[in-house]
Amino acid sequence: MRMEPCYEPIIGRYCNLETAGIEHRIYVEEAGEGIPLVCLHTAGADNRQCRHVLCDEEITNTYRVIAFDAPWHGKSNPPVGWQNDDYQLTSDGYKELVQSFCSALDLDQPVLMGCSMGGRIVLHLALAAPDDYRAVIALEGADRLQPYYDTSWLNRPDVHGGMVSAGFVSGQIAPESPSEYRWETLWGYMQSGPGIFKGDLYFYWQDGDFDDRSGKIDTERCPVYLLSGEYDNSCTPERAQATAERIKGSKLTVMEGLGHFPMSENPALFREHLLPVLEEIALGSE
Amino acid sequence: MDGLQAVVNEDASLQHWGRCVSLEFLLGVGNTDYLIRIEEGNVTGVRLRSLPIESGVFTIRAAADVWAEHWRPVPKRDYHDLFSMLSAGLAQLDGDITPLMQNLIYFKELIAAPRTIVEGAEV
Repeated sequence: MRMEPCYEPIIGRYCNLETAGIEHRIYVEEAGEGIPLVCLHTAGADNRQCRHVLCDEEITNTYRVIAFDAPWHGKSNPPVGWQNDDYQLTSDGYKELVQSFCSALDLDQPVLMGCSMGGRIVLHLALAAPDDYRAVIALEGADRLQPYYDTSWLNRPDVHGGMVSAGFVSGQIAPESPSEYRWETLWGYMQSGPGIFKGDLYFYWQDGDFDDRSGKIDTERCPVYLLSGEYDNSCTPERAQATAERIKGSKLTVMEGLGHFPMSENPALFREHLLPVLEEIALGSE
Repeated sequence: MDGLQAVVNEDASLQHWGRCVSLEFLLGVGNTDYLIRIEEGNVTGVRLRSLPIESGVFTIRAAADVWAEHWRPVPKRDYHDLFSMLSAGLAQLDGDITPLMQNLIYFKELIAAPRTIVEGAEV
């Protein structure tokens, strides 16, 4: 007897997009209808981290959730000629990517929600283009960070890049996060392309600091929500708190029992923090 | 540390993660140094360092109370992971850490293995 396939509500497809004069083939997933909610994955990962948000009916009843793989990540190819350069993400390049993506999809004042490096870039965008976004949600995002390991370990011939990347970030997951999701999150890191995590960390740890300007973000024009996991030793609750104090009017939640990957390491616990934020944004949009 | 050898060697998954590891490393617990010998992922010996000239390929060192917290079933933040301990200044690494990096998940799981022996581990 044939079993009926049990499809999830996510629709995935590719779009071709030019940003900074370079053609990209971008993989995009989306589900739901309503206010556009663009989700950005962490460094060295891809949009699979957002699958639980995409499948959450309480969210997709109000929001059109859209999650794309950044170029070089997941199912988005690197650009033609990639073999000739080292990948390195910059603040300007990342901002332009997100802006180009939202413009190409003709999104009307989307909400941006990013995690880690995604959480940093949404803060940059709240400063650069506050009227383009309904609100930004920075998960594990801060305006100033401190590197705590040497990224040269991430891309060298005598160390498996995927395994060492997963090994590094395993400590960013809270001890009580479900084993299934802990290992799924690490699997994503094991699949990252060579040097991609390292190239992302250039933005995350070096080029992306902007604590000298973050205080200029106007939260009246673009509300800012900061959600920080207790066990995140990169964007620690203290660094998120310092960011919140600089961005007047921002709202900070420290999520107990969560780490650096709230949406993928413990989706059930994360949604308890996310749903009230999305509800508040939706009410403000009426 | 008495139970480390047994708990690792009863864990087939952990041994698989360490199947390419054969070396001796030093684990410093306060003022006590343990030399831990590994052969293809199995712990084949845990012994006290008896001579100053004895060393491992690399050393992981932390205070006894830091390890005690690390080995609790649900450690506090900063104590829950080797690299969290390092970034918080609670642990130190020395020596040739290349084999550690080549097998990072294995070594993290190995040094956390006492968690499964007893809550609030005695060291």
